[in-house]
Amino acid sequence: MKRARFDHRLLPVMLLVPQLTIIAIFFYWPAWNAVHSSFYLQDPFGFGSQFVGMDNYTRLWTSSEYMRVARFTLVFTLLVTGLSLGLALLLAVKADKVIRGARTYRTLLMWVYAVAPPVAGLIGVALFDQNIGAITDLFAALGYDYRLGVSYSDTALAMVVVSVWIQTPVNFIFFLSGLQSIPKPVLEAARIDNPSGFRRFWEVTFPLLAPTAFFLLIINITYSLFDTFGIIDTLVKNNPASNPMTLVYKVFIDGFRGNDIGGSAAQSVVLMVLVLILTVFQFRLLERRIHYT
Amino acid sequence: MKSTTILSAGALVGLTLPAFAETEITWWHGMGGQLGEVVNQIASDFNASQDDYTITPVFKGTYEETLTATIAAFRAGEQPNIVQVFDAGAATVIAAPGAVLPVEDLLKANDVPFDIEDYISGVRYFYADSDGKMIGMPFNSSSPIMYYNTEALEEAGVTPPKTWEEFESVTAPALKEAGYIPMTQSHMPWIFTENFFSRHNLPFASDNNGFDSVNVTINMDAPEIKEHFASFKSWVDDGLFGFYGAAWDDNAKPFEQGDVAMWLGSSGSFGGLAQKADFDFSATYLPYWEKITTEPKQTFIGGAANFAMSGHSDEENKATAEFFRYLTSPEVQYMWHKETGYVPITTAAYELAKEDGHYDRFPAAEVGIQQLSLPAGENTRGYRMGFYVQIRDVMNREYTRLLTGETSVDDAFAAIKKEADALLARFAQTQS
Repeated sequence: MKRARFDHRLLPVMLLVPQLTIIAIFFYWPAWNAVHSSFYLQDPFGFGSQFVGMDNYTRLWTSSEYMRVARFTLVFTLLVTGLSLGLALLLAVKADKVIRGARTYRTLLMWVYAVAPPVAGLIGVALFDQNIGAITDLFAALGYDYRLGVSYSDTALAMVVVSVWIQTPVNFIFFLSGLQSIPKPVLEAARIDNPSGFRRFWEVTFPLLAPTAFFLLIINITYSLFDTFGIIDTLVKNNPASNPMTLVYKVFIDGFRGNDIGGSAAQSVVLMVLVLILTVFQFRLLERRIHYT
Repeated sequence: MKSTTILSAGALVGLTLPAFAETEITWWHGMGGQLGEVVNQIASDFNASQDDYTITPVFKGTYEETLTATIAAFRAGEQPNIVQVFDAGAATVIAAPGAVLPVEDLLKANDVPFDIEDYISGVRYFYADSDGKMIGMPFNSSSPIMYYNTEALEEAGVTPPKTWEEFESVTAPALKEAGYIPMTQSHMPWIFTENFFSRHNLPFASDNNGFDSVNVTINMDAPEIKEHFASFKSWVDDGLFGFYGAAWDDNAKPFEQGDVAMWLGSSGSFGGLAQKADFDFSATYLPYWEKITTEPKQTFIGGAANFAMSGHSDEENKATAEFFRYLTSPEVQYMWHKETGYVPITTAAYELAKEDGHYDRFPAAEVGIQQLSLPAGENTRGYRMGFYVQIRDVMNREYTRLLTGETSVDDAFAAIKKEADALLARFAQTQS
């Protein structure tokens, strides 16, 4: 194979400069700032700051509230990722088999994708509201006193339901196109070998879907950790109180509502490290087992 | 409609007559809905009243969002001339001496007469420094009062309770019997904590409620407040008190819908309530515990104040001072009071409202100012604590957990005391 060669030494550098500048301005510089502020304590107006070493970090480990938020984030991420992927896969497999009216059916499943997270949060507030919510009325009819903003688990339920609702269509679109790109002869051969639909799905179809599923897994974890911010913000209604919240929302609450810049910066650094570990873990361990065709 | 016409007329004048230089200033505030409309009205009236200055009000979201936006803008050197800061954020702003111009100095430097004695006693010193110099100009001053549904109380055959003892033994059981949820409240830190201390003249924090030192600790281990919340919890459990979480509107709505007979809200809720409620309502003082005191005192002033930000030219500061002169004039104060229910901040405005017969038409509108004019005590002046927005959040968290049975009274208050003192110590550290 013939290798492309650059005659000019500077040319590749020049070509890389725009991209590197963007990364430097929008990632390295703010990231460095966050790391730097996390070792300092500042007054809100920024008149002075003092070096406090690891103080901002040790405060986190010793705060039972921070640990509570971390536990909720873990459970929330597992639930939202698991449910939205599972639900989307089920719907995609069923939609793949529909022949008549397939287009209408699929469009109906996809349109929710167009709803922005804060809007979804507002719809959630309207549905789950204590005084006017339709779902609250439904729970009441079933004999359960559902209370958004009062009961921790009730508020968590609303957050999970709305987050899953919004994310499912994205996963559905990817799973459906993944299913449709599986070569027909493979499936037909499998049908001859093994008559059980259930086993055929897990032994043939699903492994062939693995690249899609792996990609979606990453997308969904980052979605649950970060993009659900708008949903949580609208459901919390400016009253953190005893409501559940995710780690990224806690960064916002302490930094922007509480004006504690050092403490909030330390939390962002913790999140940054978490994402780094997650990324390395996913690509090192999972990537090896997946074969892209 | 009128305000937009005036605003666009002002813009037109600015475009066509550039030689006619007006000093422009901006005013960031957190007044939404009906309150925001009145704010815009005041600004456009001021602009129409003279030719030298133009003020532009900008709605920046909730109180917390307005404060955050201001701090971010200040750090970037883009701060507005005037910003509205709420009671809980006052310590943050007042503790930053380079960020604001004390309103007393600003007015005196610009030949606007100022005498702190012109202001009603309840509002004089909340936004002042420890020497009594006024730093922020009180704007939307309110106090927590008790609204009640007249029909509901008549139906149950009771009168509004003066004390919590009366509420517990007479009023609430009768209202429950009549099929109502007897009461809700909309803000536990403000109504049931800060003003609990003020109404009973108990010290809320060390060092003169925090006015004398930043090294302050909070008195959230006082047996009186713990007992009050133990009662509150038992009322909620017995169906004598409705609890809908920490959000203001969730607790106000059932009262507006007529399911709840009495509601503890802000005197500034009067205007909005008059629009929403389709039943007769009135208001009276916040109840007190007779077992704690037989001489209940005035409450803290809530709401917010306007602060003049530093870093602007003398001309702009002059414009700010002139706007404050306009804003504190009896006519404007009376209009603001009448439209919103916030108390008039000067005695002159209060007199004007009386003369005009406003309180003969709406007796409930006077309750806020009367309550702020009750006898003062050594602990009723106000409080000054940094990171107080976070402290309020901790209170709301533990109170909600207490009322939903996730924690006990002792544990809840121990947690609040511990976390609040840690936040106060941290704030003191930022100031050293």
